[in-house]
Amino acid sequence: MTAANIDNNRNNKNSDRPTHTLDLRGEVCPFTFVKTKLKLEEIDSGEVLEVIFDHQPAVEDVPRSVKTEGHEVLSIEEIGDNLWRVVIKKR
Amino acid sequence: MFTEEQIKRYARQIILPEVGGVGQKKLLEAKVLVVGAGGLGSPAIQFLAAAGVGKLGIADGDNVDISNLQRQTIHAGNLGINKAESAKLFVEKLNPDVEVVTYPYHLSAENIREVIREYDVILDCTDNFVARFLINDACVIERKPFVHAAVLRFEGEMMTIIPPETACYRCVFRHAPPPGSVPSCQEAGVLGVTTGVLGTLQAAEAVKIILGIGETLANRMLHVDLLTMDFTELKIRRDENCPVCSGRVTEIIPEKYVESCQL
Repeated sequence: MTAANIDNNRNNKNSDRPTHTLDLRGEVCPFTFVKTKLKLEEIDSGEVLEVIFDHQPAVEDVPRSVKTEGHEVLSIEEIGDNLWRVVIKKR
Repeated sequence: MFTEEQIKRYARQIILPEVGGVGQKKLLEAKVLVVGAGGLGSPAIQFLAAAGVGKLGIADGDNVDISNLQRQTIHAGNLGINKAESAKLFVEKLNPDVEVVTYPYHLSAENIREVIREYDVILDCTDNFVARFLINDACVIERKPFVHAAVLRFEGEMMTIIPPETACYRCVFRHAPPPGSVPSCQEAGVLGVTTGVLGTLQAAEAVKIILGIGETLANRMLHVDLLTMDFTELKIRRDENCPVCSGRVTEIIPEKYVESCQL
């Protein structure tokens, strides 16, 4: 288990468990954020979305843009070789 | 909800907090009528089509002339073709999401109300007072938001009218000036950029009205001078005695729409 994973588990409340998943492998910026944003518009306030992507610049871009729109970034972790998972709670 | 192509096409504006997927859907469902596909209409049509306004009505009875191309760039390569039809060719190449309805004739007192009823927002991109008063009166009667603009040389003016709440064009100008007292672009000239700026601003107003964002030029007359780069505005107010927005005039009477347009 990675450090990020442990950190994530420590903060994990039941309500923070993702109920939606978006697999953005193969997508690049800005579409990683655009698709994340469109998915967030679809789900209900307070629901949690996990986003998986393999585009390195999105590690910074997606959480930053999502925060700008007022959502909460619960965790950012590298879950594999060139593979990341960001967990977002819709405001 | 969106196709892969639409997500890519509209990415730059979906990113905007004021637009998003919700706003993009509104744009795709919106219907805008552009009256006049000349200097003002060309840039307005270009950006409304690019933004993905779902239905664009384009009205113009003139044909593309070589003297138009100094400012009406969407008509490139279409000399001799009706401007509404020429604009449609441009839009079809730019964005297949947009349905274009052409009115290849001048809107008149007889047909204008029927035409504008089909639309959510109307842009007055005409070049004469009769058309401006006709559009104003018809939009106020039909309660359609519209954006007026006019240009000359390096200058332009514009205002947005949201009937029945805000001041209309007739609240500001009760009737047309005497014929010959005000020069036309044909006599006085106009820089292509002037029409480009004002027409583009009209498109911006239409997008804002559709999305319900920002502040429009309602109750404000914007004056633009590109020589000095002064953008100034006049606060304007609804005139209780305005024959149109007071509700006194409820019909478009064709005989009124000649020369002075006095009601």
